[in-house]
Amino acid sequence: MADREEDTLAAFIGAGGSFEDEGELLTALPHSREIGMRLHGAKDGVALLSIPYDERLVGDPETGVLHGGVITALLDTACGLAVMASRTRLTATATLDLRIDYMRPATRGSAVRARAECYRLTRSIGFARAVAFHEDPADPVASAAGAFILERPKEDAA
Amino acid sequence: MNGLAEREAARAQALARLTEAVPYNRHLAVRFDRLGDELTARLPFRDDLVGNPLLPALHGGVIGAFLEITALMQLAWDQALAAMDAGGDTAAEIAAGRFPPMPKTVDITVDYLRPGRPRESFARARVQKAGRRVAHLHVEAWQEERLRPIAMLRGNFLMQD
Repeated sequence: MADREEDTLAAFIGAGGSFEDEGELLTALPHSREIGMRLHGAKDGVALLSIPYDERLVGDPETGVLHGGVITALLDTACGLAVMASRTRLTATATLDLRIDYMRPATRGSAVRARAECYRLTRSIGFARAVAFHEDPADPVASAAGAFILERPKEDAA
Repeated sequence: MNGLAEREAARAQALARLTEAVPYNRHLAVRFDRLGDELTARLPFRDDLVGNPLLPALHGGVIGAFLEITALMQLAWDQALAAMDAGGDTAAEIAAGRFPPMPKTVDITVDYLRPGRPRESFARARVQKAGRRVAHLHVEAWQEERLRPIAMLRGNFLMQD
């Protein structure tokens, strides 16, 4: 089971990337695929993701702004993938906790990008942070910080 | 007696409209059961809510979103209830399907306690402080056992004038 998971994840982790390209639909993660999340790269503890604007995901019908929960899902996934893409062998991660600060509403009609980095790994926990933004990471829509439990391959656990 | 039945019907209609007004609620198919002034949110399981297909477990982002939806809806519902109870023009607005502006999330912290299994999830919010500008809420989500929560949220929300 661990091998299968590693294979699935290996298909989209390990390649650097940029927001210049369209990225790839995150087909390995059902919910991420369902809401149209795209991966632009995940390498050396950094993950780049985006989510196109989608009327179905609106939280406030008056303003047409994406629901905070969508941003939460994006940042959670970005942080988790940054941990997976750190320079150590992992089979899976699970979110332990996640804090999200919302700086301003997302702009109606615009894709939201996320850049996450895993800035510290211990034996069993990975710490990651991320920002969500439209064009400029210095003008964030939201930021996140979280801790993730690490699942290592059995042969490495000894 | 008749007045009470009318009031109940008006509340049921307002809650249904408020729920349906938010596209993301519809997308996740979140529904709300109403007991007195307390809402219980329900998230039916679907294959596309899975994060890790090998466990399978609900996506952490879905659980976070579900908790946040529950918090925002509890605040929006409290506002709507107050408006309906006030009567007059404010109650007429609600009856016409026009609701006060949605509160905005300032920050949330989610603790994930147990994996979300592939089955229906529930959540309830408790308003710890309802200030004029900021509200502070705690939300718990669980599945088969109320006393074994899968995740907890605490958050601050900005109330709109």
